[in-house]
Amino acid sequence: MPTQNEDCSGPMTSLEKLSRRAFLTGAGAAGVVTASAAVAVPLASAASAQQEAPIPEAAIPGTVPVTLRVNGETYKLQIDPRATLLDTLRETLHLTGTKKGCDHGQCGACTVHVNGRRANSCLLFAAMQQKAEITTIEGLGTPEAMHPVQAAFVEHDGYQCGYCTSGQIMSAVAMLHEPWGPSDSDVREALSGNICRCGAYPNIVAAVQAVRRRA
Amino acid sequence: MQPFELITVNSVLDAVKAQAASPTAQQGAQVRFIAGGTNLVDYMKLSVETPRQLVDINGLPLDMIESESGGGLKIGALARNTDVANHEAVKAQYPVLSQAILAGASTQLRNMATTAGNLLQKTRCVYYRDTAFGCNKRQPGTGCSAIGGHNRMLAILGTSDQCIASNPSDQNVALAALEATVHVTGLKGDRAIPIAEFYTLPGNTPERETVLEPGDLVTHITIPPLPAGTKSLYLKLRDRASFEFALASAAIVVKKSGDRIEFVRVALGGVGAKPWRSIEAERVLHGKAAVPANFRAAAEAALRGARPQSQNGFKVELAKRCLVHALTQATA
Repeated sequence: MPTQNEDCSGPMTSLEKLSRRAFLTGAGAAGVVTASAAVAVPLASAASAQQEAPIPEAAIPGTVPVTLRVNGETYKLQIDPRATLLDTLRETLHLTGTKKGCDHGQCGACTVHVNGRRANSCLLFAAMQQKAEITTIEGLGTPEAMHPVQAAFVEHDGYQCGYCTSGQIMSAVAMLHEPWGPSDSDVREALSGNICRCGAYPNIVAAVQAVRRRA
Repeated sequence: MQPFELITVNSVLDAVKAQAASPTAQQGAQVRFIAGGTNLVDYMKLSVETPRQLVDINGLPLDMIESESGGGLKIGALARNTDVANHEAVKAQYPVLSQAILAGASTQLRNMATTAGNLLQKTRCVYYRDTAFGCNKRQPGTGCSAIGGHNRMLAILGTSDQCIASNPSDQNVALAALEATVHVTGLKGDRAIPIAEFYTLPGNTPERETVLEPGDLVTHITIPPLPAGTKSLYLKLRDRASFEFALASAAIVVKKSGDRIEFVRVALGGVGAKPWRSIEAERVLHGKAAVPANFRAAAEAALRGARPQSQNGFKVELAKRCLVHALTQATA
């Protein structure tokens, strides 16, 4: 099972070790008895196939074998055909950078690249994406080596709460290769499928334009 | 979401056979083709669509965008909205189609959505989308909650006492003005259906929206060539500047000879129960001078049969002004 390890290269304070996700995950496990039905379980990733004990298919009725290519890795999964790409990325592969907002293709928080083109992962069934090369925010850059669009969002403060940010960035990166004009209004139109409830739009436009001007 | 079986087909014939197992190709179909999924998956999440089988047709070779030998264009059912809108031949010969597609949805959705999927796009009527309410389109016989309800966005042309849902597509308004033909293959072979005959009006059977029968698969559309010197454009009016459905829109295809209108096709969006070709407006304009008075007369003719509801009376005048403005721009 792929894991999202924190950077452990140097000694960390207890505060540094306590990421928001680690805190929320821990609090949830300690405080709530969850009644989650195991509709989706990762069988093995290519990298860790040796370590994983395969789960018998019969154990989860109604699931289907699915192979996904995400950020250059191959994952062999056993999932419900109803599982969207968004839910599979988040709940099965634990790639939680892709966010669930409206879950109906209206907000853009779930934007990923499918074969280099941006798409709403909430409206894609994962089982139909087996021939696709999928890229999520995790495949774009790292905190140490950010994609230029990620760096520009930091530089221009292109967010407040940050929930829409990965979707905004995935859209902005795709936009760089799409036929748009040079103006701010082109950016606003190109990113109209990504809603920011905080209203950080002016800074988002500034970040995207900074990258486009450099390109 | 109701469980379903997902199957993949590698031939048009297999696709036709699979869907033909459903008693209907209309609302309530037990077998649905899925391509982009932008509309269907949304409605499956809302339990508005509850197919027991999905037929993934993305592997079929139906994504062509090709110029035809005698002029005109052939667009495959699976050609993505983005690819059609940005195609050089579409932009050069049929700007109204490129503009209409780009006026709809977001880039993400256009990257996913297909030509045939857009052709079959379902209404956005809030009562159709919400299974807590009666809706004759979703569940025949349960009444129309939109009549006297929240109907600001809904249709004023082609409605019935059973249904006032509006067709939400922009693409289809352009295709109506371009007199496209929908090519369908089914159990009885191939059919070429003029787009004017493809959509049905709600009448007493709002659950039926097209002439499609069980097994019918849209394979492609064709658009006839336009007379040399023809201009076309799409004008869309909406509550937001982007990513919003039309309150009213107009697709214009027009050719002038001197100051006179020699050839004209008019279709309206956002106001009709189906993509609304206005023969009435065309009749007023044909052979007349391209002047504001004639544009206004055409707009009056186009909206003469309008039946506004409790909240959408504004659409009558808005659609008229939309048409006048679009004709003014297209003939400038």
